[in-house]
Amino acid sequence: MAALLESLLCKKVDIKTVLEWLKNDEVCPEPQVSVHKQEFVPFLLNFLREQSSRALTHGPATPAKTPNRLRPGAQGCRSAAGAAAGSRSASRVQLFSPSPSVSPGSEWDAASHSLSGVNPFSSPSFATGWSPASRPSGHERRSGQKVSLGDYMVSPPDLQKSPSIQSQKSRRRSGGNMALGGQGKHGGWRQAHHSDEIGRRPSRGGGNSRISEQVSPPSVGQLNLNNLEDFPPVGFPSSCRASKPSRRINPTPVSEERAHSKPKTCFTSIPFTESSSPSLAVDALEGPLTVGSPLSLQEERELLKKEKTKRAQQVSSPLLSSLDPCTPTKSGLGAGSKVTPELQTPCPEPSKVTFSSELDLLAELYCTCISENLVPNIFLELFFVVQLLTSQSAHTHDDDERESLCSVNSGRCYLRRVHNFSLSTLVAHLDKCTLRLLAENERVASFSPALRDRLTEAQGGSTAQHSPSVSTFIHSVPFQPATDNQSNFCSTHAFHIFKKQRDIFYEVLREWEDFHKEQGWNFDAALGRRIRGIMSQLTSAGNHSHFARLFLKQLIQVCKGPGVNSSPGETPDADLLGMLGADSLGRLKRLEERLIQPQGVVGPCPPPSFPGHQEFFRDFLQAASCCHLNQHLQDSLCQQLLQLDEVSILSPPASVAGVDEEGDGDMEQQDEKQRFTSVLLLARLLAKFLGFISFLPYQTSERPSREIRDAAVALRSKSVPVLDVCAVLSNSMKRRRTILTVPWLVEFLSMMDFVGPLLLCYRTALGKLLLLYRRMLLGRCGEMCYLNKLLTVSVLGWLFQIPVIPEDIFFTNEFTEVAKLEDSSTSAAGLDCIPLVDQQLLYTCCPFLGEFRKLLAAFVSGSSAKSGGIIRKITPTSAELKDAPTANRSQQKLQVDLEQAFFHNQPPSLRRTVEFVAERVGSNAVKHMKATLVSELVERGEKMLRDGLASPNSNPSKLNDSICAQLCVAGLEAMAKATRFCSEKSPEAIRILLSDETSPAVRTTSENITKRLATEKACSWLSANITGTLIRREWKSRYDRVMKTAAGPPPPHSRLDVEAAAPEPPTKEEPSAAPKTRRGSERVTSCPPHCSHGASLPSDVLIEMKVGWLSIAVGPRTNDELLTGSQAKALLQRVADTLACRKVNVRSVSAELPVLSPSEGDGDVAGSGSEPPVRALLEQLAALWQADGCSSAPLHLLFAQLTVSAVLKASDAEVCLPAALTIDATVSVIRDLSGDEPPMPSASANILHLSSFFQSSSVSFTFCDAFLYRSSGRTTCFWLESW
Amino acid sequence: MQSHAYHCNQMKMTLSRAEYKEIVRWTDQLRPTRQCMKTLKERFPNHSQSTLLSIFSLEYQKRTKRTFSRHHAPEVIDGHYQRYLSGAKAHPAAPVLLELANKADLSPALMARIILERFLQGPEGEMPSKTVLNSMLKEPSLIPDPILAKNIYQCTINDCCYGPLVDCIKHAIGQEHEVLLCDKLKERNLSFLDENQLRVMGYDKTPDIILEVPIAVEGHIVHWIESKASFGDDHSHRTYLNEQFWSYWNRFGPGLVIYWYGFIEELDCQRDRGILLKDGFPADIVLCHAAQQNGPPHQPQ
Repeated sequence: MAALLESLLCKKVDIKTVLEWLKNDEVCPEPQVSVHKQEFVPFLLNFLREQSSRALTHGPATPAKTPNRLRPGAQGCRSAAGAAAGSRSASRVQLFSPSPSVSPGSEWDAASHSLSGVNPFSSPSFATGWSPASRPSGHERRSGQKVSLGDYMVSPPDLQKSPSIQSQKSRRRSGGNMALGGQGKHGGWRQAHHSDEIGRRPSRGGGNSRISEQVSPPSVGQLNLNNLEDFPPVGFPSSCRASKPSRRINPTPVSEERAHSKPKTCFTSIPFTESSSPSLAVDALEGPLTVGSPLSLQEERELLKKEKTKRAQQVSSPLLSSLDPCTPTKSGLGAGSKVTPELQTPCPEPSKVTFSSELDLLAELYCTCISENLVPNIFLELFFVVQLLTSQSAHTHDDDERESLCSVNSGRCYLRRVHNFSLSTLVAHLDKCTLRLLAENERVASFSPALRDRLTEAQGGSTAQHSPSVSTFIHSVPFQPATDNQSNFCSTHAFHIFKKQRDIFYEVLREWEDFHKEQGWNFDAALGRRIRGIMSQLTSAGNHSHFARLFLKQLIQVCKGPGVNSSPGETPDADLLGMLGADSLGRLKRLEERLIQPQGVVGPCPPPSFPGHQEFFRDFLQAASCCHLNQHLQDSLCQQLLQLDEVSILSPPASVAGVDEEGDGDMEQQDEKQRFTSVLLLARLLAKFLGFISFLPYQTSERPSREIRDAAVALRSKSVPVLDVCAVLSNSMKRRRTILTVPWLVEFLSMMDFVGPLLLCYRTALGKLLLLYRRMLLGRCGEMCYLNKLLTVSVLGWLFQIPVIPEDIFFTNEFTEVAKLEDSSTSAAGLDCIPLVDQQLLYTCCPFLGEFRKLLAAFVSGSSAKSGGIIRKITPTSAELKDAPTANRSQQKLQVDLEQAFFHNQPPSLRRTVEFVAERVGSNAVKHMKATLVSELVERGEKMLRDGLASPNSNPSKLNDSICAQLCVAGLEAMAKATRFCSEKSPEAIRILLSDETSPAVRTTSENITKRLATEKACSWLSANITGTLIRREWKSRYDRVMKTAAGPPPPHSRLDVEAAAPEPPTKEEPSAAPKTRRGSERVTSCPPHCSHGASLPSDVLIEMKVGWLSIAVGPRTNDELLTGSQAKALLQRVADTLACRKVNVRSVSAELPVLSPSEGDGDVAGSGSEPPVRALLEQLAALWQADGCSSAPLHLLFAQLTVSAVLKASDAEVCLPAALTIDATVSVIRDLSGDEPPMPSASANILHLSSFFQSSSVSFTFCDAFLYRSSGRTTCFWLESW
Repeated sequence: MQSHAYHCNQMKMTLSRAEYKEIVRWTDQLRPTRQCMKTLKERFPNHSQSTLLSIFSLEYQKRTKRTFSRHHAPEVIDGHYQRYLSGAKAHPAAPVLLELANKADLSPALMARIILERFLQGPEGEMPSKTVLNSMLKEPSLIPDPILAKNIYQCTINDCCYGPLVDCIKHAIGQEHEVLLCDKLKERNLSFLDENQLRVMGYDKTPDIILEVPIAVEGHIVHWIESKASFGDDHSHRTYLNEQFWSYWNRFGPGLVIYWYGFIEELDCQRDRGILLKDGFPADIVLCHAAQQNGPPHQPQ
């Protein structure tokens, strides 16, 4: 892998080949190094992480460290600090730990060796940037645990500054420690890795050594890389190494407490002074150090910084420095003067980027990996990029800047690249706040102005809509006599026992609500006994099913709404504050939460959690540990889930219905979307608990050893899993319902224990999901809607990163064997193709997407303040709401609450009925408005327009605007009308649907609620759309039509005048007058003088033509039908007459008429042997054309002199030529009329085209079919239009 | 009762805990006699008599519970009985038993009960049946010994906290307030199911009424209403919460408790949780859709 990268960087291998290789399943482009894609990707990721680790740990203000210090114990440390990798170290995410593909040090050594031509071992290099000892969670590490890259990346610079160099040195020598000095961090850590790893994965060494043998010099190959004695850290006297015992330095966080303690004074010797590029600054500072005078913390920091950057200069990245080993530095500048306590963040400049081509190349590779979904979690990678973007390098040296920025800039470059594929489309769906922060980030601006622009653009488009939060009141599960009264129990005793159990259950719940947030409160200690009491009573009374139902109902009631979300990753709330109409209580609550909760960046891959009330239910089940109850719950959950999975969501009506239906489609689609959201959220909740219960017996806190694991797999593979995950999944894929199924399956699988993923059933499912994930490329459009895809990808990415999923699972190709994705052959469009996911749902399901915003916000605050804390920006909102007085609003809220409360104690069927009726009536009201009011308004508008146009010096566009405005005002009437409609219809429907026994109060209330809901639905839709979608659109099309026709027929009265004054029959051909009018813009808009309007109606002519044509094309059935030449001639004449008269046929018809028939008619008739020479007919036709028939340009082109003369020269057998002409002309005319300007066919192309027709003998048949097809539909349209 | 309801509205019903404590302190010295109420009323003219009586009654019951065992030891009962016998012998016309009760600091009605019980006790110490005992307490003329009968009668009518008469009054007050509540609801055209209807439907816990269509009182949703014709003090409220109110909440959602004789203000702290306390029928009622008022009220049987 390294070899491949090396070849790439040396330009031995073309980047394009590699990209192709990554994209497709091809063999490796570099034949000498056989590399698997699955291995290359993690290698690349690790490489990038590694290269940029320094940049990420620089500067005190890397905000992500904060959570590390704040809660070191929680979940293991999971800082987002060390880039994404940081978060991994805790939530395990071993992507960067030695997955099989990650090769041990030898490879890299080999690579860098051959690259630089210098033995890397001989060049002095140091473990720069980070020291694992300072990793906060270091002490938690167990020997068997892996070392992942994150381990090296977490250490914040503050921390690493504290240990003395001495201690670093000793650490470096210490064998067991990971921070090996030696040949740069790469070799170092890999080696450490390997040594750490070797025990666990003995099988994996082989492949690597093979590679190293191939590429690396023999001396390297012979080294035992795992043996530190054989492979010592370079740059150290070996004696030193031998004498120091290995010991671990515990992390000494430089935080508040550290600041008070005396800095360590061990800076006695600086082992780096002999390095090739001596730094004046360091020398200058060394003086005081060597005498051991206590340094101020600040000085110490400075020194360390110097040290670090110096080392960075030397080894910053072996790869790069080997290409350009001596980064020119401006060390001439007085170093001392640079030592300022002020930490300044240098502003990266694109122009200063070194190795830009290499960085570009890496960025290209990286982007391809992301865009091809080759990485396990694309959001993790984006997070990494954003982290690079926001990394703060605190260097005071100008000359450091360039070095340190290498990697930072690489991030910038990634970003620039990354944006090329999908970041911008992706982020377009992030919330507005994130977008704003990203767009305002000056680094984005400097490195990729194009991206910035796109972001700014996207901000406008980002529609972060949040529905008003649901009522915060938590209801109990209502007592329903139908299911809960005594007749549902096997005995009176059981009934009364359950009565008590219900009360105890709620008592426990209330107590939990009151106390669970208090320090030292313990669930089991406080409530365990009571819960187990319920359980034992349950068992004696056999009430489990009742209790399970109560439990689940309560769970759903409390946890289903997205509003009840107190997970660490909060919902995107910045917009909410500015949002009007949100329930004020909820807003206050959120504000409070934001102020109280520490806003830690937890990274894009938080482990599964039970936020809010879910925690209670989880703890309850754990405390109860009642297998009876669990079984009942499982049964019920399974049933409900499968039911939910089958839910039918209507796709939007096919858009054949035309413009009118679209609007209504919107409304109904909105309902379906809401329904989907609620189903999806519910299914996710239930699936999480089903998963929790099913895997509960197997949960272990530690990853079991291999032996235990294998035994467990063998044992458990025999029993039937609670849910046939594979079947559900493949069924869903087949029916294209993954958008519903995958998110809840992910929730289910996220609850797995450590052995779970190894069981065949789940492994296969994981494999399928993996293949699905790989297939779901965001950058490409498929049948699946973008946001649907985004949701699927992000939940899957999250799943692949949670601790229990084995880290190697993503980078193996075994799944291609295990799980085959059935080709979804069924063409039925499933849910996947309906745009169901919106941004709100996305963020509700994936709260971790909000991490981007936090990171960016932290950068903003961090770049100004050194504190490193996140400054929360709280949009000020006025207490007074602009639209309605508060009292009124609270009244409205109360009414809504009352409605909800009303349904609480009623049978569920009542609610369903009311909601259904309200939905239908509301929808009908809208339809009714469209059919009546809107069309009426448009009619009115047309009249106004015609009147306006009739008046002299009228300005159509001005007229249009004013009429439109008037119509819109008048359209507001729709609200009142719709309200009336709903008030009339709703009670009728409800009265019929409710039973007669329903009490009058209940019925009246139901009617009123229905009325309100229907009205609200109709009015909210109307108010949003009446002026825009409905009236404006309708009016626009009407206006266009009127304007079009206005150009045609004169206003009615003038036409009458003409009619009255023109009794004379038209002359058939007027060669002198006609040609003048035929040209382009000056159209014939009125009848010729003396027109009696006696010409045949166009339809008659058309019919006649059709008959004649049939007889020609299909053959006459009788002799009567045979078209004679004279008939053809007469027909042609009539065409001319009809065309001449403008009473009926406006431009469109007139354009159509000649096109169709005459040529046809006369052509074939002539062919059938009638006497009038074809030539004459054709001439007549040509004359007709030249006269006034053709008003549109394409026709003129077609019948240009050249063409026509060609026709005339044609022999009798070639009569189909005109037919060819006509079809082309028809097409042109149709295009012309339908508004979009056709590309003007060039004359030569026409002739070519014609001649091909000319050669084809079957053309007339083809033509007939085509023409008939076209004309039939169109004619009617034109007719309609002419009116 | 109409006058009583009127009376209620004139007087201050809810008390702060401090006020309540003050009253309780006063009642400590009181005996449950006719005179006690007069004293209390004079001391606390701002509070309605019913409230004061209710508070006193509750306090007295607590006191009795504390001292009950003391008076129920067989030898104590014997002593009381002997004292009564000798007293009645000496002064047949005097209210011997009542004085004895006062002296012993025991409720006269309870004293009467103890003595009657002792009187009815058989030679081998067998206890009389409860029914006989109760009927004799209710109707002293049934007692064979006329002097005892007169004494017992004096005791029971003089006691304002215990005794068949007081029980009867209490029961009546409870009933009346339920009726009062129903009247108020009907007045407001609010349709509801009463306890009996609910029982028929098989509900396991039944508040006095369940509203068919919930209302909002002072911004809080109310599904059910429980009427309590007593003062809501800490002890009784806690008991009611655990045995009734929370159970109602668990089944029917938030509701309203009316303590007709008032309550300690501080107890009304579960409003947001769904239990609202009032000392009378609420005035501030918001209906679910005002139009509902037009609907005919649903009459409970």
